[in-house]
Amino acid sequence: MKVEATNPAVEFHDLTVSYDKKPVLWNIDMTLPQGALIGIVGPNGAGKSTLIKAAMGLLPLGSGYVRLFNQSLDEVRHRVSYVPQRESVDWDFPTSVLDVVLMGRYGKLGLFRRPSNTDKEIAMNCLKKVGMEAFTKRQISQLSGGQQQRVFLARALAQEADIYFMDEPFAGVDAATESALLGILQGLAKEGKTVVVVHHDLQSAAEFFDWIVLLNLRLVACGPIKDVFTNKLLQDTYGGKLTVLAEVGELVKNREIPSREKY
Amino acid sequence: MDAFYIIATASLFAISCSILGAFLILRKMAMVGDAISHAVLPGIVIAFLFTGSRDSITMIIGAGILGVFTTFLIEFFHRRARLQADAAIGVTFTWLFALGVIMVSLFAGQIDIDQDCVLYGEIAYVPLDLWISESGINFGPRALYVASGILIINLIFLFIGYKQLYITTFDPQYAATIGVGVTLWNYLLMGSVSMTTVAAFESVGAILIVALMVVPSACAYLLTQRLEQMILLGVLISIFISVVGYYLAAMIDGSIAGGIVTVSGCLFLMILLTQVLKKRGAKTTVSSPENLG
Repeated sequence: MKVEATNPAVEFHDLTVSYDKKPVLWNIDMTLPQGALIGIVGPNGAGKSTLIKAAMGLLPLGSGYVRLFNQSLDEVRHRVSYVPQRESVDWDFPTSVLDVVLMGRYGKLGLFRRPSNTDKEIAMNCLKKVGMEAFTKRQISQLSGGQQQRVFLARALAQEADIYFMDEPFAGVDAATESALLGILQGLAKEGKTVVVVHHDLQSAAEFFDWIVLLNLRLVACGPIKDVFTNKLLQDTYGGKLTVLAEVGELVKNREIPSREKY
Repeated sequence: MDAFYIIATASLFAISCSILGAFLILRKMAMVGDAISHAVLPGIVIAFLFTGSRDSITMIIGAGILGVFTTFLIEFFHRRARLQADAAIGVTFTWLFALGVIMVSLFAGQIDIDQDCVLYGEIAYVPLDLWISESGINFGPRALYVASGILIINLIFLFIGYKQLYITTFDPQYAATIGVGVTLWNYLLMGSVSMTTVAAFESVGAILIVALMVVPSACAYLLTQRLEQMILLGVLISIFISVVGYYLAAMIDGSIAGGIVTVSGCLFLMILLTQVLKKRGAKTTVSSPENLG
């Protein structure tokens, strides 16, 4: 099951990625549409993070290529933004919330220029969008998990990119943050930006995304959620181990998704 | 005047070390500084054998190359051979240092370097090695000029590269995605560490250099939550320990480098203690009943 996007923002062509000669992604070949909120879903170790790292040029490719807006990454780097996993940095680092968000401007500044007042204004606006304007001067170690994730999102927003690759932005955040983040991502998609999110929770995936990529070392399926979130394809992805999958598939079909338990 | 020369030289070297050390600590690479400071020894010997001169610039270049090579080897063992980072460091620098020690003893007749000098240095000799021009004008101690030159280079490096060093230290993956050369800046930093180490080793010695790289920045790290302030505080602490360390050594008639590092260690303990007490104090105020209501 594979649906090609009519107006692709991202194209993966025969992509294979290996760690230590052991392939972790096989022959990924797909296109992702512009202006959509796209979820990459699959079990642990399926290569979800690897896929977006490969797209961002962080890993050497075994074979194949990735093109963004039909150009190579180096040509469109300023239009692409990456949100790494929250755990990938040391949150005890001596720096403030505003300084982290200002990093989003560095790509545009080049080697010698320092962030200007305009850059600071943009950073402040992005902090406002994620509801963190009260924490500008705060040292980053004093933030909760959800707040850290908001700061990372603000940094990505400050890049003013057209494609966003996000690695598990919803992992370990509270319900309030989750809905705030989702609102922002949906807003971006509405503006015509492409948002690609690695996500591990199936139930909420059904709620969040317009377009789904089902991944388990190889590409199981990709396309609009109504075509892809089916019983059979989910079982193909997860190996049929989760019986709950069946219900999720049904729910999606009818788009009758109950509001999930808020904790 | 001698006291001034010694303190000034020590301070200038300590400042250079603390600036670089701030980034090393935050990259969790403090021990790479240690590794480089030892591994440059063969570079110094080779540079001497090739050029036959013992002037600082030849040695700095020789050691600089070896320092970057050390970094490269560590990265190589760590990434390609899948060795743990600390084991990679341990293998690389002990081996290179041993190579250097053997070379020193092998060519002992030709080289005016002895192992004691390499390991411990002797900053008390700074006022003896004067730079006197051909016309006989005395410009003061040579080491003072080397120390100033190195500090200027490090300050220029910091000024130009601050943004890049900051972002590649905090989040190297993200830095790579916005097009910052993570590997390049890593090697530039390690090159500066090598250069600074070798310039300072004659005065302070290979072992104590490590203390200057780590301890002032570690003190500053405990005291502040901003990178700029951490670097600035590191500089102030460097000057402080140089002055106090010198007078401590003068008082007990001991090694000056030893005095400086002893003072820095005591300072670190004091700061740590006050921080712990402060935190405990903060906790008790929060949990005391009148604040809860």
